[in-house]
Amino acid sequence: MSSADARDALEAAYRAEARRVLATLIRLLGGFDAAEEALHEAFAAAAEQWPRDGVPANPYSWLVSAGRFKTLDRRRRQARLAGALAELAALADTELEPAMPEHIQDDELRLIFTCCHPALTPDARIALTLREVGGLTTEEIARAYLAPAPTIAQRIVRAKAKIRDAAIPYEVPARAELPARIESTLQVVYLIFNEGYAATQGPSLTRDNLCAEAIRLGRLVVELLDEPEALGLLALMLLHEARRAARVDSAGDLILLENQDRSLWDRGRIAEAQGLIERVMLSRRVSPYILQAAIAAVHAEAPSAGETDWAQIVALYDGLLRVDPSPVVALNRAAALGMRDGPKAGLAAIEAVLGEGGLDNYHLAHAARADMQRRLGLAEAARASYQRALELTRQPAERRFLQARLAQLAAVDR
Amino acid sequence: MRYVCLVYFDPHKVFGKSGDPEKLRRDSDAYNVELKASGHLVAAEALQLPDQAMTVQVRDGKMSATDGPFMETKEVLGGFIVIEGRDLNEAVRIAAGIPLAKLGSVEVRPVIDFSKPPPKL
Repeated sequence: MSSADARDALEAAYRAEARRVLATLIRLLGGFDAAEEALHEAFAAAAEQWPRDGVPANPYSWLVSAGRFKTLDRRRRQARLAGALAELAALADTELEPAMPEHIQDDELRLIFTCCHPALTPDARIALTLREVGGLTTEEIARAYLAPAPTIAQRIVRAKAKIRDAAIPYEVPARAELPARIESTLQVVYLIFNEGYAATQGPSLTRDNLCAEAIRLGRLVVELLDEPEALGLLALMLLHEARRAARVDSAGDLILLENQDRSLWDRGRIAEAQGLIERVMLSRRVSPYILQAAIAAVHAEAPSAGETDWAQIVALYDGLLRVDPSPVVALNRAAALGMRDGPKAGLAAIEAVLGEGGLDNYHLAHAARADMQRRLGLAEAARASYQRALELTRQPAERRFLQARLAQLAAVDR
Repeated sequence: MRYVCLVYFDPHKVFGKSGDPEKLRRDSDAYNVELKASGHLVAAEALQLPDQAMTVQVRDGKMSATDGPFMETKEVLGGFIVIEGRDLNEAVRIAAGIPLAKLGSVEVRPVIDFSKPPPKL
């Protein structure tokens, strides 16, 4: 085998196996730091041996046992130096435990649950999951979140210390704990997805990676745990992702759902999401993610914006308000009501939601009110609402959209 | 990525009455051997104390050289290790293994990637 072939094989193995090898090594070696060093040493050994001996039939097993062997070797040396052989007995025990292939996926799932443990802060969960499960570097995470690398590095260091000090177990939680723990895990996955999807500033490549990684994590959880919430979140992410190509124009400006070129939507992803939604609906276990996915699916199924089934969307929002009441859900329901019953009813519903308070500083609430006012011909009121929305957002694409609406109103006046 | 670990310590703690410079040298050598074996090590040097150093400046074309840096701080730059690491967290983990980290402190500095725009100050 040529050295170039071996190098390609090694790079392919890194992309395909590094995350899973790390997950298994964390279980076998009992900690993040030891496992990371072992992973590094395993790939260093592969770089040396594969060009000479050929690529092993099962790179995963080869890398896991190389990492284990190297660690044992290093600890023996250190123990000899320190004259402490007692510690070694414990490691030699774990050495007896075989790394069976059926553990592989379990190891990744264990790792996700550990990284998303509720004892960690949400920021720490995200950074740790992206690095340890997603295989992103600290610097990549920092770029994606527009944060200084030392801030992210410190978050990860503290999270690992917390896991060690609080002896957070490296395991899939017991059934009784599972619902709460899945919720915390799915929340991390969705936050990662939204970070990649919502913001249009920052290097787009890293942000696309976040979406791809979130979907990969979502699939992983679904493959291993057939839970309706996990299925719902995966469907929701797939439906958002299906519209990616249609949601921004060549200048980077946002295109509203009603104006998107529906031929650009990814039908394959939409069909996959619909399959997931049907599976959950048959089980009759409704949950916030599945209802949000169902709403997105109704949009995806409409051949044109005008043919959207708004009655069904309002009904789904009613369901969502029951299982997961929030002012934002109420606002979305009011906007959908406006589409079903006309702008007058919509404006009244939006005013009612705004009257409850809690959304005063939410720019989309004022933009939604402005939209109803504009459609009713209330130019002055619409202008004030768009202005208020503009004051509340810094997002460049959204600002350009609101400014364009204000310009249209001014043009109508003249 | 390449990182430089700058090792600072209080010379009194290393070379003073309660210090054990021989053991530190052995431990540091052993760690460097480990880093070399694992492929992380690029370069490592231990520095003589600042009283053996000169500080050079050129102003308006004139060179001046004074002895030492004389800093107010108790800790001085005592050595550095240049490493190759996957990311900042790996570099931090490697830095934490430097024996002098137990006695002083290690500053981990990423080496500049000149393909990226310079920092805005």
